[in-house]
This record gives sequence, structure tokens and C-alpha cells, in this order.
Amino acid sequence: MVTLLFAAVLCSTAAQAVQVTDDRGVTVTLAAAPQRIVSILPSLTETVCELGHCARLVGVDRYSNYPASVLKLPQVGGGLDPNVESIVALRPDVVLMAKSARVGERLEALGIKVVALEPKTHADVQRVMLKIGELLEVTDAQRIWRAIDAGVSAAAQSIPANVRGTKVYFEVNQGPYAAGESSFIGETLTRLGAKNIVPAKLGPFPKLNPEYIVRANPDLIMIGQRSADGLQQRPGWQSIRALREQRLCVFPSEDANVLVRPGPRMAEGARLMAQCLVSKAPTLAASRAALPAPKP
Amino acid sequence: MMQSRARWMLLFASLGAVALSALGICVGSVGFENLLQPLLNPALDPERTAMAQQIVWEIRLPRTLGAWAAGALLGLAGAVAQGLFRNPLADPYLLGSASGAALGVALALAAMGGLAGMLGGSGGVGNMMNSGLLASVFSSNLWVRLGLTGAAFAGAVLGVLLTLALSSGVGHTLRLLLAGVVVGMVLGAMTQLVLLLSPDSLQAMQAFMLGSTAFAGWVSVGLMALVWSVCMAGAWLLARVLDGLSLGDATAQSLGLAVAPMRLALVAVLALATGTAVAQTGLIAFVGLAAPHLVRSVVKTRHGQLILLSSLVGGVLLMAADTLARWLIAPQELPVGVLTAVLGGGYLLWLMRRGPVKVGSAQ
Repeated sequence: MVTLLFAAVLCSTAAQAVQVTDDRGVTVTLAAAPQRIVSILPSLTETVCELGHCARLVGVDRYSNYPASVLKLPQVGGGLDPNVESIVALRPDVVLMAKSARVGERLEALGIKVVALEPKTHADVQRVMLKIGELLEVTDAQRIWRAIDAGVSAAAQSIPANVRGTKVYFEVNQGPYAAGESSFIGETLTRLGAKNIVPAKLGPFPKLNPEYIVRANPDLIMIGQRSADGLQQRPGWQSIRALREQRLCVFPSEDANVLVRPGPRMAEGARLMAQCLVSKAPTLAASRAALPAPKP
Repeated sequence: MMQSRARWMLLFASLGAVALSALGICVGSVGFENLLQPLLNPALDPERTAMAQQIVWEIRLPRTLGAWAAGALLGLAGAVAQGLFRNPLADPYLLGSASGAALGVALALAAMGGLAGMLGGSGGVGNMMNSGLLASVFSSNLWVRLGLTGAAFAGAVLGVLLTLALSSGVGHTLRLLLAGVVVGMVLGAMTQLVLLLSPDSLQAMQAFMLGSTAFAGWVSVGLMALVWSVCMAGAWLLARVLDGLSLGDATAQSLGLAVAPMRLALVAVLALATGTAVAQTGLIAFVGLAAPHLVRSVVKTRHGQLILLSSLVGGVLLMAADTLARWLIAPQELPVGVLTAVLGGGYLLWLMRRGPVKVGSAQ
């Protein structure tokens, strides 16, 4: 009798309606936790998998490439140019997407539930993770988040005191567009104790005058492999300390994905940047020896 | 009277260029700062002078002169195009030569990127640094610059020839413009396709498509100056043909001009000037269209002078736009192509409202 009652309770919780308010402020109600999920944002794909429900994904966008198992799933276009037909054909219980994706209204008109989330900062990663945890009825989302956060802190701890305050320039694109202090990458750098040469007031990804970087004279440059070619030959850049002393970390595109995606792999991203700082940053002693900077 | 006006304009354009160079040297990532003073008085503060020398000599001066040279090439190309096609709307961008040049650059980048990929573009973080084979659209390497310029030139020639073939000659204005628009669209779409297929060059090309002088170094400046001299000499020698053509094909032929081969030579000058400018600084709109109009609104002159003046005015225009682009929101930068499109577009609208656009020039 007790077992029966217990089973009945279990059944009723399993079938209970799930309700979340997404980043558009829209409250989405699902009859039950979604079993068929389409994600059209790589960081959301990674979050679903991190929460242990990779198997519920039935479709992803073309940029979702982690974990490897999602590569086998049907692709439904990109986040900005998704293929509505192929999404509908997958009969998803819910579609996870960025707030900026315009396809939301179209999908909702077709009767598909949409949850729009916009992870941009460290705090967003936590919020999004808890939100998706709620949606998927994952009870230990908070614990998973804490583990990630602890990973970032551990990366920060691994950095010796004499490397802290290293002046870093992180280039995201040859524009040159930089990752500023207020960007996701910038937040990680700040937690690692590095000094970003691009202050928060310039916005997350400003297009800079290259001269600004020459004058800021960073000790270390972090850059994706795609943008790294010709760095040494840019006019005037030979005098930058980071280039003069070969203090350059070029991240292959797989690592660059980890660094730029505000998702559950942020601890791994912090570790990559910490490794770079530990192996390439000048120590305080070296900095003192290098003063005054030799003329080019 | 006309001659003296032309002389005044020549003087103004040259003085403007010199004044803007001085201003360009003083405008950078901190907005306006007087760097001429430490440059001229090294004794005052040697450290500041050393900094100023480096910033000015390696970055601001080549970039400022690069803007001038690119503008001069575009102004020259615009004047040649308008004379050649007897059409005030002719412009490197409307004739398909600029979109052809951009396609050439995109193809060259995709090809070089693919090559570098095959030669071992993978590995650890450590060996990523010796990527000498990879080419950047903004690289300062002479061979990369020459290669990109060659590709842009070939693309520009292809674009113009396609436009001419589609419009079956230059006789029919409307057909010519329609053909130019079609070719521009199709080549632009093909550029997008190339970029879609080789995402590695996508980011770099994005900056390129909006136009940028940010990484113009001495190599680019030298290359553009060289091409400018060649094109200017060529255009000067062929200006007679343009004067003849403005009276109609039949008259030109009756004057004893070998119209067909000379036209071809002019197309070559046009494509070379456009291709070189596009290869160094990306797509910068409206300079080639606005400069000849600006000259014509001040002086009525023969094509030789018109081309020279348009070129000088084009240089000054782009130099001014570039200075503004790095000044307005320093240390951030506006894409200079966006600025020229807004300013040039506004100017042309004003010109249209003021009265009918004047056609031709040498009557």
C-alpha cells in the first residue's frame, strides 16, 4: 500500500508542470520536463550536457561541437539563420536559444515552446545553468555550478604572486577587436589577477586603434590562431614588449571556443589562460630587469 | 579664369593634404595631442620624443599617407571612369571593379589559408607562432601585399569587363549602370560565398569589407605611391582620348584617335588604381564618385587636369575621413568606409538637390 502510494507520488511529480521565466521575461510552462530538446546556441548545448542530459538533445546548431556526442545529432542551421522546418520536424518539447535569435516568435507561432537565454558574463553562466537545471528538473545544478566556480578559483590560485598584475591584451579579431574588462574573457582575466589593457568603459569588444595597443605596451598577448598571422609585422608592433620577448599565447580554434563561450567550460578556459600566464608572463624580477624598456 | 581657378584648387588640395598630414600625425588613440612639438624639440623631453618618433614614424605617418594614397587612387579611378563612360554616375563601385577586386582578395586569402592549413595548421599552442605561411589581409609583408594587389587587379579587370560585356559597350547609359549594379551584386554575393566556405578568412575580411587604414604600413604606402605615379602618367597621356570621347565616338575617331585600344588602356588604368586601393585598404565607398563631382562643381577643365585634381581631392577627402574615423570615438575606431559612405552620400544628395548633376566636362 505504502509502495503504491509512493509510486503514485513519484508519477505525479514526474508529470508535474515545469515553469521557467526566460531572459525575455516570458514565463514558459511545459506539461513536464522536456524529453526532446533542440539547442541553437553552443553554450546552452554544453550546459544541457553538463547537467547530464545530453541524451535529451535531438538537434543542435552548426556551431555546437562539444561534447563530441552532439556532432552526431541533426544540425538545424546556425543560431542566427536556423532552419525552422528542420526544427519543427524534430518535434522538440522545447527549443533553447539566444535572446538575440529572431526565430523565437516564428517557432512559438508554430506551437513550439521556446526558452531564450543570453549568457554573457560569469554571473549569467550561473543563472543560465540554474534556469536550465530547473527546466530539466536537475536537483544538483547548484552543486555543478559550484564545482565550475571552484575550478576558476583554483586556476586563479595556481598563479604565482609575481605574475599577478601582468598587462594582457586579448585580441578576438583582426579588426582589431579586443576583449575588454567587461567581456566574459575579461572577467576571467580579472579573476586570474591579470591587468587587462582595455578598461571596462570601452565596452566588451571595442574596435581599437592599433596604436592604443602599442602605447599600452602589454606584457603578454593572447590571441586566437585565426588572427595571429602577421602580428609581428603590424606597423609599430615590434616594439611591444610581449612581441619583443615572444610573450604570445596563440590558442588553436578548439581552445578559442572554450575561451569565448560563456558556458560550463569556463573553468577549463580559466585554466588555459592561467597556463598561458604561468608559462609566458614576465615575473616581477624580469620586469624590473627590463626597466627601462630597451629602445627598438 | 578657368585656368586660375584650377591652379587655386591645385594649391588648396596640396595645402589641405599637408595640413591634414600634420593633423593626422597629432590624432591617434588618445584623441588630439600635439606630437609635433616633441618631434621638433627633441631636447625638451627625450623620452617623449622617442615615443613620439616611434608612434609617428611607424604608425601615424604611414597610415595618414596611406589614406591619402588610397583616396588619390580612388579619385583618379573615379575621374577616369566618368570620362571613359561619359557618365557622371560611373564610379569604381558602380562599374563592378571594386566588387571584383574584393572577390579577388577573398579568393586569394581563401587559397592562401587553405594552403597554410594543408602545410600543417594544427599542433600545440607552442608551435603556432611560426605561422609565416599564413597570410593576413592586413599583413605588411611585401609579397603578401603584392599578391593581394595582383589578385585585386585581376578581379577589378574581370568586374569591369563583365560590366562592359553585359551592357554591350558604353553607348547606353542606363544599360551600363544596370549591368554595373548586376555585376556588383553577383560578385559581392560570390565574395560572401567564398567567405562562407572558408570561415578562417571571414573575420579578417569583415574588417576589410568596411574599409580600414588601421594597419597601413610603409610597404602599402610605397606600393600605392608607385601605382599612383604609373596610373597618373597613363591617365595624363590618355586624357586627350577622354576629351575626344566626350564629343562622341564618331568625333573622337574623326580626330584620328585610336579609340578602341586607348579605351582598353584606360580600363586597365581604372582597374589598376581601384585594385591597388582596394587591396590595401578594403572597400571604401564614395570617394571615387564624389571627388570628380567636387572638382567639376568648382572648375570646368579638360580631362588631364580633372583627373589630377580629382585625385588630389580624393586623397584629401579620405585623409580627412580617416582622421575623423580615429578621432571621434578614440581610442576606438570607426570603420573609415562607413564614414565615407555617410559623408559622401550626404554630399551627393546635397549636390542633387542643388541642381541637376552636370554631365561630362570638357565642352
